[in-house]
Amino acid sequence: MNQYWIAVIGTSAIAFALKYSGHSVPEKWLSHPKIQKVNVLIPIALLSALVAAQTFTEKSKLMIDHRLLGLSVAILALLLKAPFPVVVLSAALSSALLYNLSI
Amino acid sequence: MNRISSINKPTLRDSLSVSLTVGAYGVAFGAAAVANGFTVLQSCLLSLLTFSGASQFAVVGVLGAGGTALSGIATASLLGIRNGLYGVIMAPRLKVKGFKRIVAAQVTIDESTGVALGQEVRSPEAMRQGFWLTGFGVFIFWNLFTLAGALGAQAMGDIRAWGLDSAVPAAFLGLVWPRLKTNGDRALAIGCAVFAVAMTPILPAGLPIIATAFIAIAVGLRK
Repeated sequence: MNQYWIAVIGTSAIAFALKYSGHSVPEKWLSHPKIQKVNVLIPIALLSALVAAQTFTEKSKLMIDHRLLGLSVAILALLLKAPFPVVVLSAALSSALLYNLSI
Repeated sequence: MNRISSINKPTLRDSLSVSLTVGAYGVAFGAAAVANGFTVLQSCLLSLLTFSGASQFAVVGVLGAGGTALSGIATASLLGIRNGLYGVIMAPRLKVKGFKRIVAAQVTIDESTGVALGQEVRSPEAMRQGFWLTGFGVFIFWNLFTLAGALGAQAMGDIRAWGLDSAVPAAFLGLVWPRLKTNGDRALAIGCAVFAVAMTPILPAGLPIIATAFIAIAVGLRK
């Protein structure tokens, strides 16, 4: 079995084990107010980190490019209380426009 | 039919737009996987079984750069830890057991959890619908588009020309936005965003994002 198959099977097995173990933590462990607070904060932290990483990095390098325009347009749309699809589409359109104009 | 007519319309709209946007990104994954030496079958199996975009891109990137299976698995698994945290968040809200829990676990990803939590202000029922609709929606589109990408959909190979590389962070932003209720939340969001970017050139791939979970834990326990 080559490295690729080991990677496919190993990644998949651990990915499911992580997902399932999360679902199997006893509920009483989570009733503590501090745990509840952490549960609310974790998605904020991870989603914000994902937004930033996907906008300003390319592999392990920092990068400012057309994606910054997309993100700025998305922020503007959210400030104007635009519905979700408008936020996503306006970001994609502005980003694609700048990318295609600059190549 | 009762079940379908009782689906919350805004929830369905949110779920579908996320499913299509994120699913379409599967083209890039399929193309990236094949370009990095994975077969079409292996690419499709990663999408079906791992079903976690960041983990999949990570393992493909590490092996493509000459990394070992072990380093690929470790990086992907670091990124997968957050799905476990999402499971902890979703389990008490979904309250499912047995086979349903296995299915719920498999579709517990950024998008299903994000949309579900975004619906919570509407109703607990809308929250559960958001989870299942987005989970299955992303699963279907992600796998179809992975196959398309892997089979050489090179026409759309440059995702940047289609704005997909901005659509995904915009979608994540749209999901986190309504959750930023206090100045503390906003400070945490900005702090984690800056931390993730600043640490990217320093820490191994995957660590900057998962490390922000520990910032959230530290902040939550301190208060």
